[in-house]
Amino acid sequence: MSPFSGALAPAAGEISANVAHGTFTQMWLLIALPLAGAAILLLLGRRTNTWGHWVGVLMSAGSFAIAVSIFLAMRQESGGNRAFTQHLFQWISVGSFQVPFDLRIDQLSMVFVLLITGVGTLIHIYSVGYMSHDHERRRFFGYLNLFVAAMLLLVLADNYLLLYVGWEGVGLASYLLIGFWFYKETAAVAAKKAFVVNRVGDVGLSIAVMLMFVTFGSVTFEGVLGSAPKASQTSLTLIGLALLLAACGKSAQFPLQSWLLDAMEGPTPVSALIHAATMVTAGVYLIARSNAIFNAAPTAQTAVIVIGAITLIMGAIIGCAKDDIKKALAGSTMSQIGYMVLAAGLGPIGYVFAIFHLLTHGFFKATMFLGAGSVMHGMNDQVNMRRFGALRTVMVLTTITFFAGYLAILGIPPFAGFYSKDKIIESAFAHSTLVGLVTLVGAAITAFYMTRLVAMTFLGRARWPDDAHPHESPAMMMVPVSILAVLSAVSGFLLIHDNWIVNWLEPVVGFEEPVLGFNVNILQYGTLALVLVSAALGYVLYARRPVPEVAPVGSFLTQAARADLYGDEVNEAVFMRPGQYLTRLLVWFDNRVVDGAVNGTAALIGGLSGRARRTQNGFARSYALTMLGGAALVIAALVLVRL
Amino acid sequence: MSTFPWLLALLVVPLLGAALVMFLPKNSPKLAKQVGLLVSLIVLALTIGMALAFVVAKAADFQFAYSVSWIPAFGVNFSLGVDGIALVLIAMAATLVPVVMLAGWDDVDGSQGSVRGYVALILVLEAAIVGVFAATDLFLFYVFFEAMLVPVYFLIGRYGGPRRNYAAVKFLLYSLFGGLLMLGSLIGLYVVSARITGTGTFDFTSLANLNIDADTQKWLFLGFFIAFAIKAPLVPFHTWLPDAAAESTPGTAVLLVGVLDKVGTFGMLRYCLELFPDASRWATPVVIALAVIGIIYGALVAIGQTDIKRLIAYTSVSHFGFIALGIFVMTTRGQIGSALYMVNHGFSTAALFLIGGFLISRRGSRLIEDFGGVQKVAPVLAGTFLVAGLSSLALPGLSSFVSEFLVLVGTFERYRWVGVVATLGIVLAALYVLLMYQRTMTGPTPDAVRERVTDLRGREVLAIAPILIIIVALGFYPKPVLDVINPAIDRVMHAVNATNPPPDVAPVAEGTQP
Repeated sequence: MSPFSGALAPAAGEISANVAHGTFTQMWLLIALPLAGAAILLLLGRRTNTWGHWVGVLMSAGSFAIAVSIFLAMRQESGGNRAFTQHLFQWISVGSFQVPFDLRIDQLSMVFVLLITGVGTLIHIYSVGYMSHDHERRRFFGYLNLFVAAMLLLVLADNYLLLYVGWEGVGLASYLLIGFWFYKETAAVAAKKAFVVNRVGDVGLSIAVMLMFVTFGSVTFEGVLGSAPKASQTSLTLIGLALLLAACGKSAQFPLQSWLLDAMEGPTPVSALIHAATMVTAGVYLIARSNAIFNAAPTAQTAVIVIGAITLIMGAIIGCAKDDIKKALAGSTMSQIGYMVLAAGLGPIGYVFAIFHLLTHGFFKATMFLGAGSVMHGMNDQVNMRRFGALRTVMVLTTITFFAGYLAILGIPPFAGFYSKDKIIESAFAHSTLVGLVTLVGAAITAFYMTRLVAMTFLGRARWPDDAHPHESPAMMMVPVSILAVLSAVSGFLLIHDNWIVNWLEPVVGFEEPVLGFNVNILQYGTLALVLVSAALGYVLYARRPVPEVAPVGSFLTQAARADLYGDEVNEAVFMRPGQYLTRLLVWFDNRVVDGAVNGTAALIGGLSGRARRTQNGFARSYALTMLGGAALVIAALVLVRL
Repeated sequence: MSTFPWLLALLVVPLLGAALVMFLPKNSPKLAKQVGLLVSLIVLALTIGMALAFVVAKAADFQFAYSVSWIPAFGVNFSLGVDGIALVLIAMAATLVPVVMLAGWDDVDGSQGSVRGYVALILVLEAAIVGVFAATDLFLFYVFFEAMLVPVYFLIGRYGGPRRNYAAVKFLLYSLFGGLLMLGSLIGLYVVSARITGTGTFDFTSLANLNIDADTQKWLFLGFFIAFAIKAPLVPFHTWLPDAAAESTPGTAVLLVGVLDKVGTFGMLRYCLELFPDASRWATPVVIALAVIGIIYGALVAIGQTDIKRLIAYTSVSHFGFIALGIFVMTTRGQIGSALYMVNHGFSTAALFLIGGFLISRRGSRLIEDFGGVQKVAPVLAGTFLVAGLSSLALPGLSSFVSEFLVLVGTFERYRWVGVVATLGIVLAALYVLLMYQRTMTGPTPDAVRERVTDLRGREVLAIAPILIIIVALGFYPKPVLDVINPAIDRVMHAVNATNPPPDVAPVAEGTQP
C-alpha cells in the first residue's frame, strides 16, 4: 500500500486476495481440462483421429462452463473481495527464492478467462468445420487445447515466473500452429521467426523477473506489486521497461512487430484466436497487471505510450496497402493492440479502457478473421483481395457478420468499438493533445483501410479466378461467427452500461476519471465525422472504381507499407546478416584457430598432426596407449595389493 | 541410516556384470545386450534404493560412508560417500545407462569391435562414474577420474564413426594433460597437508578444513581447475568435444557429454571451491568471463554447424558455460541452479543425442542438409526431437528452465550486466534448436528421406519415453532434486564464505545461511 493515505493515494489497484473457497477452488480445472485434452490428442496420436476434435471442443467448452460458474460466484462477492488464490504446490524453493505454483483469479483475470474460453470454444467449433478436410485435424485440436491451457495459466498465475511458463507456453502453441502446415517452407520459417522474435521479448521478461527478485526479494504479485511504492524510481523504471520489451514481443509492438504478419501462414482459426483475440493481447495484460509498477514509473509509462502510438500508426499504414486479406487484418490487429498498449501507458485513466477495448476487439476481430476464413473456405484458400469482390452476392451471412465486425472496429454507434475506442481517444486527449491526435489519426486510417478491405472483398465487381465457385460456409462455421458478430454489435454497450466494466476492474487496476479541457461531445462527434469521411473515401476508391487484379506500383508510401514498412529489411541488415557473418567467422575461428592451435601444438610435440595417416597408425596412438597402459598398470597393481 | 553398503554395491555390480558379459559366448551378441541391460537395471534399482534410504535432512553430509585403508604409507583410503549433489548425479547416470543400452541396441552390430565388448565397456564406465562421484578421498577420486578414460577411449576408438581414431586420441590426450596437471596439484596438496597437520592426508573433509595460505591455494587451484575446465569443457578447452561426440555412437556421446563431462563442473563445485576458497574467489572474474564467452560463443558456433551431432555438442559447450557461471557467481541461486543444471542437461542432451542418433542411422548421414520434411514421414520421431530441443532451449515448464533461470537469477543478484548478457543466450538457444528443427523436420520431404526414414520403433519409444517424462516432471516438480541439493550447496557457500546480496527493499532473512 502507498504510504500516502486518503485523498492523495494514487488510484492503484489492490493486490491482496482471499484463499479460494467453494466454486473458486475449481480454478485449477480451468487449465487442467484443456491440458488433458492436449495430452490425450497428442499422446494417443492417430488413434484419436476420428473423434479427437470433439475432445478438443469438449475440454474447451468445459473450461468455459467452469469460467461462467466462477464468474457468477464472483459477482456474489463484494467489489474488494473478488480476488482468490489457490495454492497447488511449491514449485521452486531455493533459500529466499520461493516460487509457489499458485493461481489467482480476480476481476482482471476473470474477464480474460471468459474471453479465452468463450471465444476459444467458439473457434474450436468453427475449426471442426474449417479443418474438416485436413487429415491432421486431430493434431490441430491438440495444439489448440494446449494453447488454451497455456493462455489460462498466463492469466491465472499468481507470480511472474509462473506467468512466464504460460507466456512461453502460448509462444510454443503459437509456434506449433503457425507451422501447422510444416511441409510448407514459408510456414516453417514463419513459425521459427515468431518464436525467436518472441524470445527477444522473453529476455525482457526474464530480466524483469530478475530485477523484481533483487529489488523486492520476491516474484509473487503480492510481494512485488504490494511493495512497489517502497522501491526506488530507477528500479521501477527498469522493471517497467523490461516488462514493456516483453509486451512488445508477445503483442507484436514496434520494434518486435515483424513476426505477426508472417504468422498469418497458420490456419485462419489460429489467426483469429491467437493472433487477434487472445495471445497477442497478453502484453496489455502484463502492463495492466503490473499497474503498481507503471504508476510509479512515469518514464516507463511514457515509453509505453510512445511504443503504442508508433505501432498503432504503423499497423494502420500497413493495413492500407496489403492485398492479402489476412495480412491486412494482421496490420489492423497490430494497430488495435497499439491502442490498448497506449491506453495502458496512460495509467489509471487508461487501464480499464485498454481492457475494455481488448475485450471488444477480441469479439470483432475474431468475427472478421473467421469471416475471412469463411471467404477463403469458399474461394479455394485464395487470400488476395484483388481476386475477390462482390462476395456479398453469394456469401450473405458472411457479409452480414463481417459488417458487424467492420462497424465495430470503425466505432460506429452502437457497435462495440464505438464505446471502447472512444474511451481510449478520450483518455488520450485527457493525457495530452498530441497523444490524443495520434489516436484520432489512427481512427481515421482504420476507417479507410477497413473500408478498403470490405469493399475489395464484398462490394464492387467480382474478380474471381475461373476455378472459384464461392459459396456460403456450413453452419458449423457460421453459427460461431454469428454469435461473435452479435457480440461485436452489442458487447460495447453491455460492458459500459451502468459503468459496469469500470466498476468491475477498478479494484484491480485502479481508475481515475479522464478530465478533458473541452466538451466530450465535440470529441465524439468529431471522431465520428472523421471516421465517416475516411470510410467514404475508402468506399469511393475501392467500391465505386474498378480494382485492378494486379496491384499498381503505388507511391513510395504504398510500397513501404506493402513491405511491412521495411521491418524485415531492418532486421536482416542489423541482426540477421551480421549474425550470419559472425557465426561463419566463429565457426572458422573455432576450427582453424582454437582447434588449429591445439593440433599445431600437438604436432610440435610429435603427436596429433593434421596428417591423418600418421595419427591413425602411429606415433600419437602408441604414445597415448603407453601412457594409458602405464597408468592402468599402476592402478591395477595398487588395487590388487591393497584390496 | 541403513548399513547396507550401497555405494560399494553400485561399484561392484556393474564390474561383475562386465566380467560376466565378457565370459558370454562371442557369437551371441543378443544375450550380451540382454545381460548388460539387466545389470544396468539392477544398478538403477540399487540407486533408487539408495536414494530412498538417503536422509534428506542431512544432505550436506557424506552418507553411506564406506572407508578402508588402502595405502597407509600415504594416508590413502578407499573412502566412499555421497552428499546430495553426488547422489543426484549418480542417479542421473544410473538412469541413463539402461536407456543408452536400450536405445543403442543395434548401433554396434556391424562395427569392428564385438558387441559384448561394447556392453562390458559401458558397464565398466558406469562403475567408474559411480566411483568418481562417490569418492571422498582425493587420491581415489583421481584414480577414478583417470580410470574413466579407458572405457571411453575404447568406446570411441573401436565403435565410432570414420574419424574415430583421431577423436579418441584427441580426447585421451586432452584428458591426460588435464589429469597430469591435477596429479601435480594433488601431490602438492598432500605435501601441504603434511606440512600443516604433520601427517599427509587425501581425505576430502580434512583437506577442506585446512587453512592453506592464499598463494599456495592459487597454484593448487590451477591444476584442478584446468583439469576440470578441459573435462567440462569450457571455452577454449572445448575442441575435443565436438570431435569426440560426433565420432561416438549416440550412446557413448550421451555418457560422454551428459554424464562424464559433469565430473568437470562437479569437481569445480566440490573440489575447487571447497578446497581452495580464496583461490576460487581470486579466479572468479576470469572464470565468469570464460563462462559467459562460452555461453554466447558455443551457441553462435552451434548455429553455424552443418552436422547434427557437432551442433548438439556445441549446444553443450554453451550449457556448460551456464553451469560454470552459476558455480562461480558464488550465490545460493547460482550454485543450486548449476547443480540442478548438471542433472537436467544430462537428460535433455541424452534425448537430443539419442533421437538425433535414430535419425542419423536411418538416413545414413549426419549432415543437416541431407534431411528435410521428416515430420511428414516420422511424426513421433519429429515430435520427440522437438521436445528434446525445447528442453535444450530451456522452455518454461521443462526441467532445464528451472535450472537455467536459477543460474541467471543467481548471476544477476551479484553481477547485473553479466546476468543480462547471459540472458541473451536464450535467444541464441531458440535459434540453434529451431533452425535445426526447421531444416531437418519441416519443409518438403526429399525422396531419400521418404524412403529411408521410418518412424520410431517400440524399443526406441521405450528408451526415450522415460527421459521425456523426467524432463517434464522435473520441470513442474523439481522439489525432490532441489531438496537434496540445497543443504549441500549451503555447505559449499559456507566453505567459500559467500553470502547472498540482500534485496533492495524489505530484506528477507535468508534461511539458508547457517
